[in-house]
Amino acid sequence: MALQVIFIIVALFTLGSAIGAVVARNLFHAALFLVGTFAGVAVFYVLLQAEFLAVSQVVVYIGAIATLIIFAIMLTRSVMGKEAGSLNSYAWFVAIASALMVAALVWLFSVVKFDINPQPVPDDAIAQIGEGFVTAYVIPFEVASVMLLVALIGAIMLARERHQ
Amino acid sequence: MDKIDLRVAGEAFHQFLINIGLTSGQASLVDWIFGALILLLMFIVLAILLIWFERKLAGRVQDRLGPNRVGPFGLIQPIADTVKLFTKEDITPTGADRVTFNLAPTLAVFSIVMAFAVIPFADKVIGTDINVGVVYLMAFASIGSMSLLMAGWSSNNKYALLGGFRVVAQLMSYEIPMAFAMLLPVLLAGTMRMNGIVEEQGQFFGLGWNIWIMPAVFIVYLTTALAEGERAPFDLLEAESEIVAGYNIEYSGLKFAWFYLAFFMNTWVLSAVATTLFLGGWQGPFVSQIPALGVVYFMVKTIIMFILFAWIRATFPRLRIDQMMSFCWKFLVPVMLVLFLLTAIILKLGLPTIVVWLLILLSNVVVFAGALWLLGKGLEKSKWASKRLFTPEIPRL
Repeated sequence: MALQVIFIIVALFTLGSAIGAVVARNLFHAALFLVGTFAGVAVFYVLLQAEFLAVSQVVVYIGAIATLIIFAIMLTRSVMGKEAGSLNSYAWFVAIASALMVAALVWLFSVVKFDINPQPVPDDAIAQIGEGFVTAYVIPFEVASVMLLVALIGAIMLARERHQ
Repeated sequence: MDKIDLRVAGEAFHQFLINIGLTSGQASLVDWIFGALILLLMFIVLAILLIWFERKLAGRVQDRLGPNRVGPFGLIQPIADTVKLFTKEDITPTGADRVTFNLAPTLAVFSIVMAFAVIPFADKVIGTDINVGVVYLMAFASIGSMSLLMAGWSSNNKYALLGGFRVVAQLMSYEIPMAFAMLLPVLLAGTMRMNGIVEEQGQFFGLGWNIWIMPAVFIVYLTTALAEGERAPFDLLEAESEIVAGYNIEYSGLKFAWFYLAFFMNTWVLSAVATTLFLGGWQGPFVSQIPALGVVYFMVKTIIMFILFAWIRATFPRLRIDQMMSFCWKFLVPVMLVLFLLTAIILKLGLPTIVVWLLILLSNVVVFAGALWLLGKGLEKSKWASKRLFTPEIPRL
């Protein structure tokens, strides 16, 4: 009962922040709303007893990604109180694509029967995750890190000083 | 003799709540609220004491008296300061982003208070012993840096914005070696529970403390903690001579007090984490007979760490920003990467505990000495340490 109340409050907060991130006219506000959305998702993980996922969500999304997004906004725009429209010429295209996406998801959730079988979380869940990363899921894990490395090198190439 | 255990007091309180007619679940809820209130009150009281303590200490180091007017030894000075801050006018600058501006100090304190939840004051005396304690600390540290960024942006002030930029550059860079330094004790203990790491250090009468096993990692943790705590020589975020006061320039009255509080308690939390991860936490003589002694040991070790931080702050000059960044990325990060790799390999060999410890110690000493030697060579060669970014031309007479 209490869990459901918490879930509804967090869900409303997360959805509200997500809408705010899309419609906010100030780019910095949009980024802050995005942080709120990430925090809401982290709370969902806590409610699902996935503590490691929750703290990773905060470390990676709020600590790294959101901060970098805000940093990029601060560096590239004139940040002192400039308001920009949140729509551009692609608005209709994106609206149609999102509507199709929502429709597809609704159809998917109504058709697919998810096998919900709640089991107690094992005590050594983190150790299992860690072992999974270097045994069964080593290839996706390595591919993800290679992708990050490529992004890193790309960023350095873009930002480096060009010598004559 | 009965064991003097703080747990007994908690159980007695729980039983008392059930006796006055609450169900077990309701009693637990009251327990938790009570525990949270104790932590919160401790936060405020500790902050007031530590502010007095650090000012007094800095005074002594710099051959001054420090606060000595209000109360015995100036002990009431922080309270007088708080009352003064209460009565100050609360100013929000024109053009400031009101909501973000007001949210930032609250978030800054929130991120520190939340860290209190996983600090083990003694065996079983811990807010919540979650199995991701160490990453949890990292998570709330990142929320703290986010709050400083919000403060810098929303103030509508160029200096505050520059302070915000520096926050991102410094805190995010130093988070990486710090994460490694915090992960190495985790690797050795095989758990991320804060209490588990402390328990693991209890072997061999204090020789199991991580500071003896991995001294280089401890030194790197200290350095990054200075940077994360915005303390000299890494206090570029509020360098008065360069950017006036940094992100908190536009804050007045109680909102400034929140930032001040967050700054001091951040140092305390960093000292407590150093105690937990490297100095054996609540471990000490006779702690298994009298568990309440653990609180004393923990506080003494934490205060010693705090004195170290205050001492460094009182004596060292400030670094230049490019020196700070190159030190992090070109020295600390590579050293920690090598140490992490070596420690992981040593632990995988499956040797007896003592041999593993000696090997880790050896790898620490060798890697750190080698890195320092390379650093010295590099500095000698390039002389960048003494080169100015802007060299004024002095006309010859």
